[in-house]
Amino acid sequence: MSIRVRAQESNGVVNVRALMSHDMLVPDDDGGPHFIETVEIKRNGEDAVTAHWNFTVSRNPFLQVEFDGSAGDTVSVSWTDNKGESDSTEVEVG
Amino acid sequence: MISTKRRVFLKGTLAAGTVGVAVGAGLLAPSKLLAAWPSEMFEAEGLDAAMEAALGSSDIPDSDDIDLSAPEIAENGAVVPVSVETGMDDVSEIAIFVEKNDFSLSGRYVLADGTKPKVSSRIRMGESSNVIAAVKSGDDWYKTVREVKVTVGGCGG
Repeated sequence: MSIRVRAQESNGVVNVRALMSHDMLVPDDDGGPHFIETVEIKRNGEDAVTAHWNFTVSRNPFLQVEFDGSAGDTVSVSWTDNKGESDSTEVEVG
Repeated sequence: MISTKRRVFLKGTLAAGTVGVAVGAGLLAPSKLLAAWPSEMFEAEGLDAAMEAALGSSDIPDSDDIDLSAPEIAENGAVVPVSVETGMDDVSEIAIFVEKNDFSLSGRYVLADGTKPKVSSRIRMGESSNVIAAVKSGDDWYKTVREVKVTVGGCGG
């Protein structure tokens, strides 16, 4: 499992692009449904975006969002899936 | 030792009970307590039911101020890039639906103050369908609709 995150600031706005490795199995798949239900993106520990997903989000999900912020801020991205698995990562805004 | 543990246990029960009462009385919205996955929205079958569960109504006014970008023709329904952006103020939520997916609500995004009303993701589409982007500005929902033709569906096993 991994999450790749890029967070870049421009004119006071932080652009976050996150790529999460997860098979996002639909009900017809072996072992499915098995999918990310919730993604939380925080800036300096404060909620910025909470995403709730269905299994109709593509495999290895991509998410791009923007919020007010500065270079040097901390951005964390974490997910939990419907089987209780989870992953998280933290990056510094460039 | 036993009595100490018992006390800790009782304190824990009491605290949980108080929170439970507060939630039951509507003092705390459950979503504020923890970001629980709203199963009733995602398990609703068909567009109308999903919109009613997620937006409170399936009769939402159209807006020209929502930019829903998606390919006109998606060769692979397993990976359809979708972006939603709006110039509206005070946007707290964005929801994306696929009319012809059995479970139409694909994703919902709760935005905090300071977060731009703009999200991009990639979704699955079983067949050609309307894609609906809904935006909550203030207390009201608005939507825009766009047709995406799918060459090879992406929801099969």
